[in-house]
Amino acid sequence: MNEQYTLFQPKNILSVSQLTSYLRQLLESDEILQDIWVQGEISNFSQPSSGHLYFTLKDSDSAIRCVMWRNTAARLKFSPRDGMAVEVHGSMSVYEVSGQVQLYLDTMRPAGEGVLYQEYLRLKAKLEAEGLFDPERKRPIPQMPKVIGIVTSPTGAALQDMLNTIQRRFPIASVVLAPTPVQGSKAPPGIVNALKRINQESNLDVILIGRGGGSIEDLWAFNDEGVVRAVAASTTPVISGVGHETDFTLTDFAADVRAPTPTAAAEIATPDRIELLGVIAEFINQHTILMSEKISDLRWEHGQLQNNLDRLSPAHQIDTYRQRLDELTHRLDRAVQANLERKKLQLENFQQSLRGLNPKAVLQRGYAIVTRHEDGSIVKNVEQVQPDDYVHIKVNQGAMDARITQIDTGEA
Amino acid sequence: MEKEELQAIKDMDFETAFKALQENINKLEGEELSLEESLKRYQRGQALARHCAELLEKAESQVRTLDMESKQTLENEE
Repeated sequence: MNEQYTLFQPKNILSVSQLTSYLRQLLESDEILQDIWVQGEISNFSQPSSGHLYFTLKDSDSAIRCVMWRNTAARLKFSPRDGMAVEVHGSMSVYEVSGQVQLYLDTMRPAGEGVLYQEYLRLKAKLEAEGLFDPERKRPIPQMPKVIGIVTSPTGAALQDMLNTIQRRFPIASVVLAPTPVQGSKAPPGIVNALKRINQESNLDVILIGRGGGSIEDLWAFNDEGVVRAVAASTTPVISGVGHETDFTLTDFAADVRAPTPTAAAEIATPDRIELLGVIAEFINQHTILMSEKISDLRWEHGQLQNNLDRLSPAHQIDTYRQRLDELTHRLDRAVQANLERKKLQLENFQQSLRGLNPKAVLQRGYAIVTRHEDGSIVKNVEQVQPDDYVHIKVNQGAMDARITQIDTGEA
Repeated sequence: MEKEELQAIKDMDFETAFKALQENINKLEGEELSLEESLKRYQRGQALARHCAELLEKAESQVRTLDMESKQTLENEE
């Protein structure tokens, strides 16, 4: 009775907006409902041009509306569709326009993927502990392969990408393909078999293993323990190129080199033709430079030898003698000249002395020559004359006769 | 250049010719060679470089598919 009464006499009447708003606050303040994983099956899936995803997640008894905004949806690695079992994560809220309680998704993955991922981590840890991924195991990749082995699907885009890359960069290398399925249950034994088979080939320089991008399940064969062990056991170095840049498989860890894509794997295996042609052009250039250096060296050497030869030649000897002859002649001339000068000087001295001895010169200096009148003999001594003797006195510019009047003996 | 040597170069695979080309430069660079020998080396280098370039220009990558003993059905659909 009381309840009935309350219903007819409400204390507070809410508007619809107030109700949905209250409901929304309630849901958004609940910690569990804001961080929740749910699994179920997709139905009523739609993705309008806005890019947002809308669907109903259901199980045998119940259903709930789900929304995933465009930005989040763009990061999905698979295409959701009706009937697909998925695990989703997100937060509960109310779409107030219709009063619809909805799950707003930030993550969605195919059901079972979480289990797969756990398995992946377990296997990775195990093989890592065994040393299969050790850096010391990695072998160098030959720079100029003659034969490149490829382990992939014969019908996949990855094969075409790898072949095109090899043809474009280094068509000199030939390719041996070991065809194998790369997804599905037959992929792991197929890949193991292909690796064994291709390793029996002689002259194989490197093996490319891979496939194009796909969902995690598509790539899963490359996480198979047998496949990973076969890659690690390969006697020929292996380059892996599985899926896209962001996909890391255990095969990548076991390979000698991990490439982000099949194309990149083929690029790592091959030198680039254009670069090689550049190197060859540079080699030709070096040849030419070395050759012209050689020639100029030889020309210089030749010049040196020519000089040596010139020095040793008879013509040079003759020139040497001619020069010495010139020198000697010159010295002779100088000696003769000097001698002549000396003689001339001597002669002048003689002349000087001679001039002193000339009687005339004596007379000029005031001396006189006295001769006896009788016999004309020169009076050199007072004893040759007597008083009253007549003498002839010759002086400068003339002579005279005189008579001796007195004789004094002794010093004049 | 002698016919035999030219033929020997033409018979070389790319890697051999490329290495011989590098080697040839080292010889031309490092050794005391007579003019005649240098000229021979020079001509040899030219021939090697020409051969390498020709191999690169003309090559078509050959693809051989191994016959897998155990028959696998190919169910790849990329």
